[in-house]
Amino acid sequence: MFSVINLMVRRDILLAVRRPQDVMTSLFFFIIVVSLFPLGVSPEMEVLRSIGPGVIWVAALLATMLSLGRLFSDDYQDGTLEQLILSPQPLALVVLSKVAAHWLLTGLPLVILTPLLGLLLGLNGDEIQILTLTLLLGTPVLILIGSIGAALTLGVRGGGVLISLLILPLFVPVLIFGTGAVSSMNAGLGVEAHFSLLGAFLVLSLLLTPWASAAALKISME
Amino acid sequence: MASKQNEKKLNSWLKFSSTRNFYPLADKMIPWFMGLAIVLTLIGLYMTFFVVPPDYQQGNSYRIMYIHVPAAWMSMLIYLLMALYAGIYFVLNVKLADMMAGGLAITGAIFTVIALWTGSMWGKPTWGTWWVWDARLTSELLLLFLYLGYISLRAAIDDPNRAAKASGLLALVGVVNVPIIYFSVTWWNTLHQGASITTNKTSMATEMFITLLVMVFAFWMYTIAIVLMRVRNEIIERERDTSWLVEELGKEK
Amino acid sequence: MNWENPSEFFAMGGHGLYIWASFGLLALLILIEVVVVKKRRKDLIHRLKRLTKARAKMVEKE
Repeated sequence: MFSVINLMVRRDILLAVRRPQDVMTSLFFFIIVVSLFPLGVSPEMEVLRSIGPGVIWVAALLATMLSLGRLFSDDYQDGTLEQLILSPQPLALVVLSKVAAHWLLTGLPLVILTPLLGLLLGLNGDEIQILTLTLLLGTPVLILIGSIGAALTLGVRGGGVLISLLILPLFVPVLIFGTGAVSSMNAGLGVEAHFSLLGAFLVLSLLLTPWASAAALKISME
Repeated sequence: MASKQNEKKLNSWLKFSSTRNFYPLADKMIPWFMGLAIVLTLIGLYMTFFVVPPDYQQGNSYRIMYIHVPAAWMSMLIYLLMALYAGIYFVLNVKLADMMAGGLAITGAIFTVIALWTGSMWGKPTWGTWWVWDARLTSELLLLFLYLGYISLRAAIDDPNRAAKASGLLALVGVVNVPIIYFSVTWWNTLHQGASITTNKTSMATEMFITLLVMVFAFWMYTIAIVLMRVRNEIIERERDTSWLVEELGKEK
Repeated sequence: MNWENPSEFFAMGGHGLYIWASFGLLALLILIEVVVVKKRRKDLIHRLKRLTKARAKMVEKE
């Protein structure tokens, strides 16, 4: 089972390394969206600090969504996906590997960049630490949930915009608890509840969404 | 082998017969439900405006409640019902269940819009603001987004079979998420200690309760009637190559 | 009875705008919904009739 995942993840990363611009675009998008807020809202550090976690989370949400369209589409276009569906491995496992590779390529870079952007928005050390940890837990959930939308809209006209309509409402809980952790810490309340809930979301989506995405892929490939 | 063939036969019969038997049944039921909806609406409107007295605090604006509450209830119930039909579609593979789910979605979205709009219209004179980010209003807004996603996905896929399966899966995923979304929005709302609307829970007078009940029933009857009408259209569209449909339509005229 | 005369009824004690906007939109949306669904049925039946006629002609020719 793990050899399959290992193989699939390596393959996807190798493909991405050969064409790095795909990965870079969503990363640049993330940085640009965040840096628009001081220009659009206010350059005052106090204001930026209060909206900072929300801004970074929303930007991460949008960047993730932007890259989700490519989760299955390359394999769909060159026929690999059809082979994968026919292969003896359970499709859910294939989905899980693709999601893992996708997170390593697009989710993890967002998490790594977060401290830097947090500094730009005037967050202090503790806030940055908490925020980065919530993104570490939250971005895999976003990609897992998003994989269902990506599978459902495969080959559908207007798929790019459609996927945001399907997926964004489902992102709301992750967004709430991701940003909530920072404000809860500042309010002197603990952050344990937020982290346990984000952890629960991660476990639940790891268990459930690959099956849903696999079913969606089969529907889209019929 | 033989049993498998029988099963196949049964399945194809089930598929074929359900829309075929359902069409004339829907034809007969629609006028009844529509008629009931109209009568109940008239009674409900009369009671709303002429029977129940104005609220001693809110004055007349609280009369909006008699459409706001039924619309909000229907918007949530219809989503659940839609997911239920999607589930039935997957388990029994009955086309009719998918048609019901698809027919319900647009009416559900309309009621969600009504609930949001009337909530805003009720909020302005009562609480002095058009919109607050309170848990209930925010969840209702997210529910609207879920409906819009479902409707858009259905509309974007041309093949009715794929549309049925894809949108059905989305409805099921959505219904699993609805409680999580509602829970997180409530949590978010209490954390921010922001706006929360509390209606004074005075015991409702009997006549108010009856008025609300009549309106709820009117909304139900209307929903059933319009969904049946939409399913009837869907049947005509999908079964246009069958001879029974031509006969059925010939009988009507 | 709550109202002395029609103008009082329409004013709704100063809340007329809100109340009529609420009930108005409900009426409007439902009206649109019913009209759209009915028109669709008419179009579908019309299309089906033309299709049937065309088929009958084909059979005749053969």
